[in-house]
Amino acid sequence: MNTEVKIAGVSFKNPVMTASGTFGSGMEYGEFVDLNKLGAVVTKGVANVPWPGNPTPRVAETYGGMLNAIGLQNPGIDVFLERDVPFLQQYDTNIIVNVCGKTVEDYLDVVERCNDTPIHMLEINVSCPNVKEGAIAFGQKADALYDITSRIKKISKKPVIMKLSPNVTDITEMAKAAEAGGADAISLINTLTGMKIDVQRRCFALANKTGGLSGPAIKPVAVRMVYQASHAVKIPVIGMGGIATAEDALEFILAGATAVSVGAMNFVNPYATVEIIEGIEKYLQQHQISDINELIGAVK
Amino acid sequence: MLSKRKCEAKVIAASKLAENVFELWLETELAENARAGCFIALFPHDASTLLPRPISICEVNEAKTALRVVYRIAGKGTTEFSTYKAGDYVNIIGILGNGYPLEEAEGKRVLLMGGGIGVPPILELAKSLKNCEKIIVLGYRDRELFLKEDLEKYGKVYIATEDGSVGIKGNVMDVIREEKINADLIYTCGPMPMLRAIKRFAMENGMKAYLSLEERMACGVGACLGCVCKTTKKDHHSHVNNARICTDGPVFLADDVAILPEDMEEK
Repeated sequence: MNTEVKIAGVSFKNPVMTASGTFGSGMEYGEFVDLNKLGAVVTKGVANVPWPGNPTPRVAETYGGMLNAIGLQNPGIDVFLERDVPFLQQYDTNIIVNVCGKTVEDYLDVVERCNDTPIHMLEINVSCPNVKEGAIAFGQKADALYDITSRIKKISKKPVIMKLSPNVTDITEMAKAAEAGGADAISLINTLTGMKIDVQRRCFALANKTGGLSGPAIKPVAVRMVYQASHAVKIPVIGMGGIATAEDALEFILAGATAVSVGAMNFVNPYATVEIIEGIEKYLQQHQISDINELIGAVK
Repeated sequence: MLSKRKCEAKVIAASKLAENVFELWLETELAENARAGCFIALFPHDASTLLPRPISICEVNEAKTALRVVYRIAGKGTTEFSTYKAGDYVNIIGILGNGYPLEEAEGKRVLLMGGGIGVPPILELAKSLKNCEKIIVLGYRDRELFLKEDLEKYGKVYIATEDGSVGIKGNVMDVIREEKINADLIYTCGPMPMLRAIKRFAMENGMKAYLSLEERMACGVGACLGCVCKTTKKDHHSHVNNARICTDGPVFLADDVAILPEDMEEK
């Protein structure tokens, strides 16, 4: 039984990764799960300099989901390369670094700094809804996405995944723009922009007013977008959005995802990633499927 | 020390202590690692909820097989917890947070201050502090007191109520002023206005104070960066003066957290 998948020449022992921002750099959840079992750890977004993030409250629960407006707090690429990468290198898992920035130059700075490091891939965050400059501005217009993708590809020695926002009219246009810009893969969906109002206190639940919605509540939207995007492009798609169980993960794979990421559900079930990997193996056995690659996009 | 875990706990006792304030005694292996000032988070069964509810540890039994948590109803999750009866099960994650440093109190006169739903962790703290003189000051809204008798076993207890129905009318700081209480060291848990007042009082009197902070959180284990507080020094984790309350706290040295307007100006 084969659970190995390949994306841009990088081999993953199984198609299950962590979604950026929900797993730190693996250190915190290393107490709960064996990181060696994961297909990859996708790190919290990192910028060229430290970012303080947004004021609190930064998180709020909603029906079957949660809103966050962390604002990409991160210690900056220097600390990240010194501390987090060596930590992750101790494990037999792929390291995917999520990159954020305010300007194209910020992104290029981080991409360049990652070139001669032992990381496996880059995921470019052009879809965070919680920062005022940069980020999502590059992910909501096809020409801007094409431009940043091609500029990153020109200097990156690592394969590049463009992480797409669902907060667009037509996801296929964005997927095609990333592909045209030379992206090696796309990942989707980032969070959906949302809002919650505290009726008792008559104020916004989040200091940032709006936040990104994640969790099981968004899964059907995510599956639909993964299906559409994977039919629009030839490059591999990494699917995510509310995955809680192996069945959820398989839904994304059948819709066209080569790999999947577990996000908000890490907060709910810190063992989720490993349980999903085991659940996928069990499914393959039960259905006598020898290779998981047979399932990718199998539902047309 | 054993690592953090999510596991099932059995409710062995449940009762109402005051208006909207309830307690649960939970049988759990996590009790072995529980310390004063640490917390656990409880997952409601209601499938429309996702996130665990962080609640401070009020008490650990002598055999270290059970934990007592005391909480106020604040929403959907805590409303569900208030319906639990002995024999029910609940999923919990823990032990979370750093807890109060206990050794520093040795041989000293220490002031333990709890405000509202910040009173519960003061009980395990009062039980755990050894070889020191304990003065306990508790603040409540009204005559709906809770844990007062439990705390009286460990030191002299002063009460403040906002409506003046019991003890001194006002808050814990009014008790300190009116009773002219002094001490070498302060440990506290309560709402932010109270923590600010205590930090200022401690600064003015050259006292060391440990504050337990609260914030909305998702993971509870330091990954999501939801529950940060501003700090006066760059911390080793964030490098941006943002400590994680769930992991770097919830207990902080008052000097280290930027909760007063002047704390921010200093930088």
